Amino acid sequence: MFSSFMVNTWVAASIVAVVGGVVGFFVVLRSSAFVAHAIPHGAFSGAAGAALLGLNTVFGLGVFALAGALGISALGRKGRHDVATALGLVVMLGTGSLFLSWSAVYAPQIYALLFGEVLGVSRAELWPIAGLAVICLVAIALVYRPLMLNSIAPELGEVRGVRDRLIETAFLLVVALATSMTVPVVGALLMFSLMVAPAGAARSLSDRPSAAIAWSIAIALVTVWAGIALSYALNWPLGFFVGTLGAALYGLGRLVGTRRRRLVLPTA
Amino acid sequence: MNALFAPGFFTNGIVHSALIVGAVVAVVAAIVGTFTVLRAQSFAGHALGEVGATGGSAAILAGTNPLWGFIGIAVVAAAAIELLGVRQPRSRDLATGLVLGAGLGLAALFLYLGATSQSTTGASITVLFGSLFVVSMQMVPSIVALSIVALAIVLVCYRWLLLTSLNPDLAAARGVSLRLVSALYLLALAIAVSLSAETIGAVLSTALLVGPPAAALRLTKRPTAALVVAAGIGVLATWLGILLAYDSYTWPPSGRGWPVSFFIVVFVFCFYLLAQLHGRKLTRG
Amino acid sequence: MSAHVLEEQETPVLWLHNVSADLAGRRVLDDVTFAVQPGEFTALIGTNGAGKTTLLRVILGLQPTSSGIVELAGERRGRRSVGYVPQKVLLDPDMPLRARDVVALGMDGHRLGIPLSPRAGRLRRDRVEAALASVDAIDFADARVGTLSGGEQQRVLIAHALIGEPELLLLDEPLANLDLRSQHEVVALLARVAEERRVAVVMSAHDMNPLLPVMHRIVYLAGGRAVSGTTDEVVRSEVLSALYGHHVDVLRVHGRILVVAGGEDEPVRPDGEEPGSVESGIVSVP
Repeated sequence: MFSSFMVNTWVAASIVAVVGGVVGFFVVLRSSAFVAHAIPHGAFSGAAGAALLGLNTVFGLGVFALAGALGISALGRKGRHDVATALGLVVMLGTGSLFLSWSAVYAPQIYALLFGEVLGVSRAELWPIAGLAVICLVAIALVYRPLMLNSIAPELGEVRGVRDRLIETAFLLVVALATSMTVPVVGALLMFSLMVAPAGAARSLSDRPSAAIAWSIAIALVTVWAGIALSYALNWPLGFFVGTLGAALYGLGRLVGTRRRRLVLPTA
Repeated sequence: MNALFAPGFFTNGIVHSALIVGAVVAVVAAIVGTFTVLRAQSFAGHALGEVGATGGSAAILAGTNPLWGFIGIAVVAAAAIELLGVRQPRSRDLATGLVLGAGLGLAALFLYLGATSQSTTGASITVLFGSLFVVSMQMVPSIVALSIVALAIVLVCYRWLLLTSLNPDLAAARGVSLRLVSALYLLALAIAVSLSAETIGAVLSTALLVGPPAAALRLTKRPTAALVVAAGIGVLATWLGILLAYDSYTWPPSGRGWPVSFFIVVFVFCFYLLAQLHGRKLTRG
Repeated sequence: MSAHVLEEQETPVLWLHNVSADLAGRRVLDDVTFAVQPGEFTALIGTNGAGKTTLLRVILGLQPTSSGIVELAGERRGRRSVGYVPQKVLLDPDMPLRARDVVALGMDGHRLGIPLSPRAGRLRRDRVEAALASVDAIDFADARVGTLSGGEQQRVLIAHALIGEPELLLLDEPLANLDLRSQHEVVALLARVAEERRVAVVMSAHDMNPLLPVMHRIVYLAGGRAVSGTTDEVVRSEVLSALYGHHVDVLRVHGRILVVAGGEDEPVRPDGEEPGSVESGIVSVP
């Protein structure tokens, strides 16, 4: 389980978990779970297109993820993103279904793009993942305060010159970046689970934003590590463990959160 | 004439059933979807479609018709979303996300088990991306029956739905049980999504559900008119999609035809963009 | 516009001169003129749809004007110093954010990067502490902001707006959805802020009565037009009748003021339940 062949897997999954935990905190804070689902899933079509043209799948993923992020942000009207997200997603997936019908991509390859193939990460694949992860984290650190202010209430930000549209687009671009880095490794669906469940659990565990982000990272790490170990031991797909463990840890977090509040607040 | 309608379009039995089923499903999706858009529940609609696909795959594994697996799981998922997201509308987003994540995890497992026991991954891809041309005539009665159930729910609850969508407090003040309306609506949504997934595939069912109503709501502000316009746009997009998909058998690259789902999505999206432009002109003028 | 008064003893913090604004082709503000002096408490009174929020957005520079001039004292000195408390901020109780985090973002929420220097951090903490103290919010500074009561949230948002040390504080319907006690607390707090810090407070409301003891100036908005001055100058039958364009009675009962449409109708609640009544200008302030 910890052989040299598996080391890359552990490292890659850990990087993905850290990014998922941090970006996910804002996904949950901004109620953007749909976008966090749509961008990775829609970008999967880009990978299919790249395979059709004989290009690197990461390239196709990147192009579709960025185009999707910009398209959703352009179509979305103030405060209402769900229709724009849904339509952006189906346009990307519709294109994907066309690519799939043209190309001779095997079902297992599609399967890997959807549900990931973390057990086959090479050393060469590791560097771009680490690089994109650093860019994502730096970008989040850079816009941390305006993003926070905008997430609480867009009006509060606007008065200080924080433009709602700009922040939303910047945030979607970070999600897109995180997506293109992680989809080839963990799959479109798993990345989504990592961006929603740990952050959702974390917000019940602390009232401080910085602590909640730390919790989110920790829970994401525990989820993928346990997922890899179980997947290795039982030979079932990683996506299954991450999806279900995420939901279970969220339930646990909520439980602990309510008990904690009851212990802390009897005087209030 | 032949350039538009390829030979055999009007005599082909498969095309006939595709046109009928497509229209029925488009109408149901448009009517249920109008409230999906009004209630800002596109994410729930999409999530039910994808989670339902898990049930579809499981049904294929078990050797039964995917539609039943689909509806079964979609209804369970709808109940889970309702139970998890009770506290307030904003946490509905997270609840939907969690159910979707867990459902997709299960899908991964079923597909994996299916792939190792027998070679059904291809069939599962059909569940995900779907095709109107594989709908058999035997399914038509069940599809019609389910459509009637979904439409009946929406029509019976029409006023409640409108009131709760516009202002939940107002509805509660009139003695409407928000939980009941919300649960009934999710049931109708689960049925509509399953039907639409049967025809254009689970991941694209959202197109028929959200696209035509969103376009219609830009064109008219009256709810009843929006229902009619949305149904019209949905049927038109579906029929145009079927027509072009049938024509595309003679197109490059392979003579296998382009997927009908692709055309439907493209038409839905075009209608939406046109409505958007028109709506912008309206607000300016 | 006859009752428009400008006291010339100081440079005004805010000065609007013949300002008009349109929203989607409809004139929302029509030739509005008034000025606000430092430390002055101004109430912006009008029914829903009278243009209060638009007027505040115009002052903030978030809504372009069609004509007229908006002048801010701070802007002349190259520093925009306006604090703003928007209407109906919904703070999610599931949001992991303490009251003090919201206040801190009022100071530097527009800045890029994350604060790392420990000295700046201490300074920041002290300022946040002082801002919280100035609105009596120390007791719940570490509580999750979404779980606080409406009045407590309002005080946190006021601290958020005050921490940048503005010369002008704008509040959009801060008393809406508050119980009577919280209304009194917030009004008293704002009066204290205006007095002690010499901050000009401009707040909108649809009921002037809770503000009568503390306000120096009223700007009465109806149908996009405005009259301003002291309460005695503005809230008079002939002035408001001219503003509404038909007869309006002003009644003073037990220290409260009621504005009633021309005799034949019962007083209608002004909280916008029936938009038609706003259009026809039937207004009362109970």
